[in-house]
Amino acid sequence: MNKLNGIKLRHDKGTKDCETADFPLPKSVVVPMSQHMGAPCGCIVKKGDTVKVGQKIGDTDAFMSAPIHSPVSGTVTDITDFLLANGASCEAVIIESDGEQTVCPDIAPPEITDSQSLIAAVRESGLTGLGGAGFPTHIKLNYDAVKTPVDTLIINAAECEPYITSDYREMLESPTDVIEGILMVQKYLGIPLCKLCIEDNKPEAISLMKSKTEDLKSIDVVTLRSSYPQGAEKVIVYSATGRIVAEGELPIHQGVIVMNVSTVASIYRYSRTGMPLVSRRITVAGDAVAKNAGNYFVPIGTRVSEILEYCGASDAKKVLYGGPMMGICLYDTEQPIIKNNNAILAFKEGKMPETTACIRCGKCVRTCPFNLMPVAIENAYKANDVEELKRLKVMLCMNCGCCSYACPAHRPLAEINQLAKALIPRK
Amino acid sequence: MKGLFVSPSPHRAADNSTAKIMLMVIIALIPAAMAGCVFFGPRAALVMSVCIVSCVVFEALCRIIMKKEQTVSDLSAIVTGLLLGMNLPASVPVYVAVIGSFVAIVIVKQLFGGIGQNFANPAIAARIVLMLSFTSYMSNNWVVPYWYSDVVDAKTGATPLAAEWLTYTENGAAYKMAPFTLGEMFFGETGGCIGETCAAALIVGGIFLIIVRVISPATPVAFIGSFALLTFLYTGSGVETLYGVLAGGLLIGAFFMATDYATTPLTAKGKIIFGIGCGVITFVIRTFGSYPEGVSFSILIMNLLTPYIDRLTRTVPFGAKKAERSGN
Repeated sequence: MNKLNGIKLRHDKGTKDCETADFPLPKSVVVPMSQHMGAPCGCIVKKGDTVKVGQKIGDTDAFMSAPIHSPVSGTVTDITDFLLANGASCEAVIIESDGEQTVCPDIAPPEITDSQSLIAAVRESGLTGLGGAGFPTHIKLNYDAVKTPVDTLIINAAECEPYITSDYREMLESPTDVIEGILMVQKYLGIPLCKLCIEDNKPEAISLMKSKTEDLKSIDVVTLRSSYPQGAEKVIVYSATGRIVAEGELPIHQGVIVMNVSTVASIYRYSRTGMPLVSRRITVAGDAVAKNAGNYFVPIGTRVSEILEYCGASDAKKVLYGGPMMGICLYDTEQPIIKNNNAILAFKEGKMPETTACIRCGKCVRTCPFNLMPVAIENAYKANDVEELKRLKVMLCMNCGCCSYACPAHRPLAEINQLAKALIPRK
Repeated sequence: MKGLFVSPSPHRAADNSTAKIMLMVIIALIPAAMAGCVFFGPRAALVMSVCIVSCVVFEALCRIIMKKEQTVSDLSAIVTGLLLGMNLPASVPVYVAVIGSFVAIVIVKQLFGGIGQNFANPAIAARIVLMLSFTSYMSNNWVVPYWYSDVVDAKTGATPLAAEWLTYTENGAAYKMAPFTLGEMFFGETGGCIGETCAAALIVGGIFLIIVRVISPATPVAFIGSFALLTFLYTGSGVETLYGVLAGGLLIGAFFMATDYATTPLTAKGKIIFGIGCGVITFVIRTFGSYPEGVSFSILIMNLLTPYIDRLTRTVPFGAKKAERSGN
């Protein structure tokens, strides 16, 4: 098995020993009705309503969606149009907290007896992938076992982006939740083998998970080389199983499901408590963070400005949702934490190095995990040559950013790949 | 909070730049350039300096006249000037060196759009133009090492490739003797261009560039390997093969000119094809051609084939499915 290309990054995981603390309860939260790819929810509360923690406030009949719950107890003060950091706009519910955190009386552990009740419970929990992409979890689990049988559950604990340690802390702080979650998914979906994949820069997590799974034959702890983007879905499937998720395929077509480690632990916690996804663990780090860098349980909807203020990073010049390689820039720190944010990074310097002419060094080709040719894609994009872009398979680009990172001329190759994708008409 | 920078990911870049890469190439060339100064004297230093200064001036003027952003600071013009100087004999008149710089920078590089856009290696193209235009300066007047120290007019002699091999018979068997010993060839005490004679320094520089990952070993290995294999098969002599590898511009060409990014293929497979092509053409010209040396021509010819090699050696994307046939 050949190893895929990638890059070596400085890990900067200075928060790895920071035990997760509860973030102070915000006075008010902004809960957007679109927190993941797929259909946005419709708001089911109105201005002036009182809500309790865990009460459903957004839902939809659309297939590709997960409901949204109130992270605080208090009063709905407004429902507004909201422009998200990714450029989409949706409704957002603004809730003023009463500081009581009264739990919604409907909250009760779900009854899970088979695959359908597990999937229904996961949907009700509002769970989406916690690793970054935010795919609604119940959809991933709801596959046709006859058409696409699954023999391996891959738990993604690679956490290959620099700075972020939230999945690492999940494993160290709640190893039992992780393992029980895995066993639940395996049991109800009938998946014989689980590969729990951790990068080799987290030896404590590897040894802890190994010792916890000693007696469990169905869970295999796999040590992966630390190389970015080891945690990208197709990359981790290949690294863990040698299977190639081909163009236009999902991991399910290769008999695997990939789930983030914090997501699978959340399934178990929901099954025990019935408390939906209303808060999550995030890492706060970056060179603009003057104090309190670390890991926090933050209510969904907490404004990033409050986090920055708490961590002495109010003068940051660049603030990211997620890691430095694939994270999204915030245009405004009034943006809230949403379900798929695993980190808030704040930096003093925002400018990227100046772009110069391509010298055809070929580094972009040599670093691309999928063997694409960003230099050729850039030329075809400039020439508006759609046929050539199709031949160059630009649609396979996952925007991992290795090409832009490695380019000595600092050309925005990853960005150009995304622009080039937009030129190709969808079938 | 306002005034935040917003840019598409990634938000981190490797600590690298075109200028840093060029600086590495300059550092790698310094041992061979110094060896040239030791063997061929102050005049070698003068020729290289003239080439570097005129290349930088031509580059700056071109960018000003073309109203394009200034690119002198990327150091590529210095690399071109240094390489060109190292590819000239120490006895060449200064004006010839300046003409060479003009050809390299203005005609070959800037008229095609500047760094990264040229189809041929500027130093190689300039050397060939000078060789055809000023043949006597470029091929007959080879300064012999160290002669500058005792005489005013430098003594000249033949290069290892042009010199006749001596033949003699002993006990009825015919022997051939090389005009230079392999030791002289390895350390560069032979006639030739300023920077091409000292094999030891060129190999050190080449290995340095491979270690700092500025060049891939694919091209030099394929170039030198294919040339050596063909020479050995043709002559059947290990000494003649080694002599051929150490002689002329093969090492400077293989490590420093056939690895130029802009004018050679992108992929590893392409680089191997390029290197083998260079090795074969060099062997053919040296063995059967009327020129004693063929390295420059081989690289120039392969430069022209680079777009085709690139097209033939595209990478196969991970998990790519074959394109559906268009039309149905």
